[in-house]
Amino acid sequence: MSDVILSIKNLTANVDGQPILKGVDLEIKAGEIHAIMGRNGSGKSTLSKIIAGHPEYEVTGGEIIYKGENLLEKEAEERALDGIFLAFQYPLEIPGVSNLDFLRVAYNAQLKHLGKEEIDEFDFEDLIEAKLEVVKMNPSFLGRSLNEGFSGGEKKRNEILQMALLEPSLGILDEIDSGLDIDALRIVSEGVNQLAHPENAFLLITHYQRLLDYITPQFVHVMYDGRIVKSGGKELALELEETGYDFLDEKVAAGVA
Amino acid sequence: MSATVKTLVNQPYKYGFVTDIETDSIPRGLSEDVVRLISAKKNEPEFMLEFRLKAYRHWLKMTEPEWAHVNYPAIDYQNIVYYSAPTKETKKVESLDDIDPALLETFEKLGIPLSEQKRLSNVAVDAIFDSVSIATTFKKDLAKHGVIFCSISEALQDHPELIQKYLGTVVPTADNFFAALNAAVFSDGSFVFIPKGVKCPMELSTYFRINNGDTGQFERTLIVAEEGASVSYLEGCTAPMFDTNQLHAAVVELVALDNADIKYSTVQNWFAGDENGKGGIYNFVTKRGLCKGVNSKISWTQVETGSAITWKYPSCVLLGDNSVGEFYSIALTNNMQQADTGTKMIHIGKNTRSTIISKGISAGKSKNSYRGLVKMNPKADGARNYSQCDSMLLGDTAEANTFPYIQVDNQNAKVEHEASTAKIGEEQLFYFAQRGISEEDAISMLVSGFCKDVLSELPMEFAAEADKLLSLKLEGAVG
Repeated sequence: MSDVILSIKNLTANVDGQPILKGVDLEIKAGEIHAIMGRNGSGKSTLSKIIAGHPEYEVTGGEIIYKGENLLEKEAEERALDGIFLAFQYPLEIPGVSNLDFLRVAYNAQLKHLGKEEIDEFDFEDLIEAKLEVVKMNPSFLGRSLNEGFSGGEKKRNEILQMALLEPSLGILDEIDSGLDIDALRIVSEGVNQLAHPENAFLLITHYQRLLDYITPQFVHVMYDGRIVKSGGKELALELEETGYDFLDEKVAAGVA
Repeated sequence: MSATVKTLVNQPYKYGFVTDIETDSIPRGLSEDVVRLISAKKNEPEFMLEFRLKAYRHWLKMTEPEWAHVNYPAIDYQNIVYYSAPTKETKKVESLDDIDPALLETFEKLGIPLSEQKRLSNVAVDAIFDSVSIATTFKKDLAKHGVIFCSISEALQDHPELIQKYLGTVVPTADNFFAALNAAVFSDGSFVFIPKGVKCPMELSTYFRINNGDTGQFERTLIVAEEGASVSYLEGCTAPMFDTNQLHAAVVELVALDNADIKYSTVQNWFAGDENGKGGIYNFVTKRGLCKGVNSKISWTQVETGSAITWKYPSCVLLGDNSVGEFYSIALTNNMQQADTGTKMIHIGKNTRSTIISKGISAGKSKNSYRGLVKMNPKADGARNYSQCDSMLLGDTAEANTFPYIQVDNQNAKVEHEASTAKIGEEQLFYFAQRGISEEDAISMLVSGFCKDVLSELPMEFAAEADKLLSLKLEGAVG
């Protein structure tokens, strides 16, 4: 339980020359579920994209160590192959590329990376059908173009399906709850809960406490103006629900945070 | 940030080699004497010489078209060699043993083996090298079905009456500048004749190879499908890499009589020039099909990946009632390539229908324009057209344009046009990368996905190859 999966120290980053992250510290160990909460623009989505290696963000200082290696030296593709998975807030629609092909190519890329033999279409179909159970998705989704014409909830379920297939060491869920009705939220959350085990870890990025009714984090962090300003247990989320984020402005103004 | 799309490093063009072979070439330049000389070299019947001279005299009075959205320095028509043939192939070959082994080797290297043992099993091939046809496979087998498939030079000797009847009936000699030039100096090409009621038992294909650096290639293809006949035909093309530009001005005419069906597919991979735009083929081609009979159908499918400049509008004249015209196109441009391509659907008969699906992909600093005309003539009652023109941009420096021309002179005719532009950007590539998929695989999946509707129209044997060609052409296009 004490293996450190991700360790972020004093991370600073810019987007378009504007500082967005101003010194983030975070440590995630195997078997843990962390949640980062905060207002829009606090930098929480930026943090998730930086961990995944989005080329748009420029890291200006600090470090990210993933499983003992310097993550910042690696390209997005390599990070993914090493077990970092980002469930997108807005999954992209890709016309003409079937969901099934996309999943199979991604899965085979991982097998290849692990030095294993790639699997053929037939074996893959058997494999993916079992995974569909995790998010209660209809097999008809496999034949459709990737995310094209999917509802918001279907897109998010499709993200969890990909995660179930790729079995990452670190799953980052960027506002997975946004745009979901209660039923979809329950299915998505149950999917994540099924995937959690002592060897992997999850980082939930969310705006609302609602998600945490379904997925229970051991650690909750509050992000404000590019920093994690408060950390605690799951009760912190409830506290935030009560007080909102406004108290942070006062704290910062008072130089407390 | 969004400008991280870097300069393109292309996969080397693997067909860029030159075959060292002795040729019979005439001096550079064009004159009435040159036209007569070409005709004499080919021992043509008198009507053919007349056809050529008429075209040449017209051409002298014409000017080069300038309306296309392409730029290139003026072509010096007196600096082109209008006829070049491997010396040994000037006499009629009876068997493959008579062919220079260097030529057989060339075609084998291009993936078009001609020998009995190695040839493609279900595709008959006419192999054209510079100005002449080298060999046509399966000719005898096809003859058993009454199908004529041979070079147009041979057809002029063996079936002059058919050539005289159909040549120039779809693309008249004075149709346009390049078509007139072609009519005056064309040296070879393929002839296909499918008699009444015959479904051609195999795919027919012509493979064009430009070898000589100073030679223009002016081939002429004529395909006639009589009543109830049907045929599927494919052309492929490559050329060596030269620093200079070579002119390719072909004319293709298709004639479909009552209930006939012609499917014409092209996979064009001429040398496109290097990444700085040096060299490459100028592909100025006139292709037109005439749906002469009732219920006839002509379908064009093209995958255009090569050429420095493409100027090409495979068209259908829908004369017969209920006739159908189709145009499925993928035009991919990279580096400094320029393409101005599309189609013309001319509806004359009643209840004629046409479909246009065009997919343009532009990368690098290339320019890719779709230009299409849909014309509904006054008598085209109940005619319908559906057009869909999609463009995909890779990077920030490529250009995509759509120029649709619609002219409707019949109130009962219906025209639908849809267009879209998409961009392969960082976000899409990041999505794929985040799933561990390499950039090359991502681009190739995105592009084949974009082109799916058109690739599915190609004959099976070639669809996979064309798909592969597309990814090859884009390797390293975004970095």
